[in-house]
Amino acid sequence: MSKNRYWLSLIALGALACAGEYPQSTFHPTSDFAGQLNGLFRGIFWWALGVFVVVEGILLFAILRFRRRDGGPEPRQVHGHTALEIGWTVAPALILVFIAVPTIRTIFRSTGEPPAGALHVEVIGHQWWWEFRYPELGITTANELWVPTGRPVALAMTTADVIHSFWVPKLAGKRDVIAGRVNRIAFTADSVGEFLGQCAEYCGESHANMRLRVVVAPDSGFRAWAVRQGAAPAPLDSGSVAWQGRQVFARSACIGCHTMEDVPVARAQIGPNLSHVGSRTTIGGGVFPNDTDHLRRWVADAPAMKPGSLMPPMVLSDADLDAIVAYLQSRQ
Amino acid sequence: MSDVPSAGLTSWLTTTDHKRIGTLYFWTAFVFFLVGGLEALIIRAQLAQPDGTLVSAETYNQLFTMHGTTMVFLALMPLSAAFFNWIIPLQIGARDVAFPRLNAFSYWVFLLGGLFMNASFLFGAAPDGGWFGYVNLTGRQYSPGLNIDFWVLGLQILGIASLAAGFNFIVTILNLRAPGLTMMRLPVFSWMTLVTQFLVITAFPVITVALVLLLFDRTFGTNFYVPAAGGDPVLWQHLFWIFGHPEVYILILPAMGIVSEVLPTFSRKPLFGYTVVVYSGVLIGFMGWGVWSHHMFSVGLGPIADSFFAAATMLIAIPTGVKIFNWIATMWGGQIRFATAMKFAVAFISMFIIGGLSGVTHASPPTDLQQTDTYYVVAHFHYVLFGGTVLGLFAGMYYWMPKITGRLFSERLGSWHFWLTFIGMNLTFFPMHFIGMLGMPRRIYTYGPELGLSTMNLVSTIGAFTIGLGTLVFVYNLWRTRRHGEPAGPDPWGGATLEWSIPSPPPPHNFDAIPTVGSRLPRWSTAHPVTTGMPEPHPRVPPGSWWPLVAAAGLPIMATAVVAKMLILAFAGAAVLVIGIYRWAYEPFEV
Repeated sequence: MSKNRYWLSLIALGALACAGEYPQSTFHPTSDFAGQLNGLFRGIFWWALGVFVVVEGILLFAILRFRRRDGGPEPRQVHGHTALEIGWTVAPALILVFIAVPTIRTIFRSTGEPPAGALHVEVIGHQWWWEFRYPELGITTANELWVPTGRPVALAMTTADVIHSFWVPKLAGKRDVIAGRVNRIAFTADSVGEFLGQCAEYCGESHANMRLRVVVAPDSGFRAWAVRQGAAPAPLDSGSVAWQGRQVFARSACIGCHTMEDVPVARAQIGPNLSHVGSRTTIGGGVFPNDTDHLRRWVADAPAMKPGSLMPPMVLSDADLDAIVAYLQSRQ
Repeated sequence: MSDVPSAGLTSWLTTTDHKRIGTLYFWTAFVFFLVGGLEALIIRAQLAQPDGTLVSAETYNQLFTMHGTTMVFLALMPLSAAFFNWIIPLQIGARDVAFPRLNAFSYWVFLLGGLFMNASFLFGAAPDGGWFGYVNLTGRQYSPGLNIDFWVLGLQILGIASLAAGFNFIVTILNLRAPGLTMMRLPVFSWMTLVTQFLVITAFPVITVALVLLLFDRTFGTNFYVPAAGGDPVLWQHLFWIFGHPEVYILILPAMGIVSEVLPTFSRKPLFGYTVVVYSGVLIGFMGWGVWSHHMFSVGLGPIADSFFAAATMLIAIPTGVKIFNWIATMWGGQIRFATAMKFAVAFISMFIIGGLSGVTHASPPTDLQQTDTYYVVAHFHYVLFGGTVLGLFAGMYYWMPKITGRLFSERLGSWHFWLTFIGMNLTFFPMHFIGMLGMPRRIYTYGPELGLSTMNLVSTIGAFTIGLGTLVFVYNLWRTRRHGEPAGPDPWGGATLEWSIPSPPPPHNFDAIPTVGSRLPRWSTAHPVTTGMPEPHPRVPPGSWWPLVAAAGLPIMATAVVAKMLILAFAGAAVLVIGIYRWAYEPFEV
């Protein structure tokens, strides 16, 4: 516990240092992949800015210089100029060569093929949350993707329903997740911190509420996290509030959609895996903080907080709600 | 001359006069433009602050879907169609279009299709799948309501209107040109109209097929796009964008044509490099077919496909750039008179440059991975479609509406309209470049304050309302001009083309005698002036007909059959359509 706190506070500090004012900025890449995209954009941007200044400048000059003057002569009736026209056909073509070559080079450098020694993660989009599975580590989590710095991460991405698009601007350009297909991206994060992202392909009512965060930890911090996530569920004192919560959970609709490791009947995969839900910082697709108040309201009536949420309102007594919340929070 | 009623409701319901149909197109499309603009203002009001609560997620999704669909299909395309109708026959020296009743049919189908689509609001089931309607979200499983049915059927109806008009104007431009008006003497607006109509008749069949498959999936349980049954959602994306990219040129080429007429007139110089401007327009039309996948760079089509479509997209920048240089060269050395039409035309060039350059930045697939589906793209295409198409259409209104109404707009109000619109659009759309690159996706009804984008969004909203204010000034100018506008006379601007040789408004038969044209700028040419023969004593104009309206009415009835799940309506609608066409075919109709 204390070790996890230590890493979290370190990461929070890192997040403060590098998140800046714009946590989803594409101009502040913190991975090789996002860096390549930003570098290419900068190259194209300067060309575009140059063209913009020259052409708008000529336009502005023309409309100021050639305003009609009283008694001005009838303008010379020029119909064209072959050399000029060839010139302004060739000039843009040349500029485009300088854009096309690095473009195609970058396309082939960022195909998303998994690099050697990469950490493999399966990403599954759902209406409206993200599922992350670490097949090598046996971990399944939601909306918060933990990765280590300095090690390539290879994402294999698909969807459980409609098309979504995985986008964490500081780490990776977007890739759509499409039923029946697996799309890949790979990146190596270079800074510790917490990086925000969200679904970028319109996917229905709560598209705006399909957010995620990537926690980039030092290698040791990542391993500590993985150990906790892979550990057996913490036992509960018989009769404690959390223990009562588990009883309520096991006999409620929860088990129809969620997996919970210490509730044998809860093995469904429609909603997020809740075995370590208490360790996550957010709920509801990365939208709300994972605190007692929000968690309680969420369990009671999720669609009231998140329009269209597929989790129906739960008809539970106040005592049962308190118990379930205590139980969920105990699942670290 | 026959007994064509010239006033009253009947005269409008039965009209086959291209000028009146143009006026019907204009007012209908302009009302839809106001509706689409109102939808945009609600969207901007919602996004003025983080965590906005003005509208619900459901309503917001309907609003952005209908804003896009309305502006593309119900406002900008038919506003262009208003100009085709008003101007093409006048510019080519014809008495009307080739098929006057088909022309009326196109208009009525457009009107009824637009009403059908918007009737969905009455049922609280406005389309909510985005104007691009990506499956499998729009399939039956994830969109079980009527919303998408209204959208699919509305677009099918509108497609029929566009196709009929497309064939009509191609035949008109190719066959009804005045003697001596060879293709390479054709005014550029007529040329761009011709290219646009070829794009319409080739692109709309693609969306029609895509929509039929979706309709079958939704209504009859087929599985064209259902992944679980082996269908492929990406198929829809290919079909939609094979239509969708030429559609972009369908929206911009008419405005380019308008600007190519306005600039020479107000610079007192011929269009610089006429041949190149025409051929680059044709080339854009062809190349527009080879770039659709640049809308799909995040789909993961593989490096080869991405590279090909990146290169093709960059190539299309060349003829576009050439046009811009030719327009600037047209003004160079001229005597530029800044009437309101000219202000809009110059602003068109300057805004289109920005839209074109931001377009190059997402012609590159890797950079597009950060830009697609963000506000950066919203900024880009609004610089093209608002800065380009809408400003171009306004230029056309100030330039040509005096020809149709016989009255000049107030230039003072026009100036207010222009500056409010110009400043407003830059306030609205320029910050969106940053909003997008700093991480805000499109189509989200809310965003958190933590993104740091609240101020920029507020500026954008203020800009949108500034555009709204400018538009109100224009509405007032329109209304005022009807009574108090100065008489325009036949040629208020000193134009070079044929439409300026006849009275404003033109008589029903347009030309007393069909002119003979000897040059590209017939009214400016001293060497080859327009010659006309003896006026015909009784120039014939098409009489009115009820049957286009009747035939058109069959289509929304058939569409209602699908949403109401009443088979009998399908037969009833088909019967109305068939009877309408039958009576139309056997109607005595002389031109």
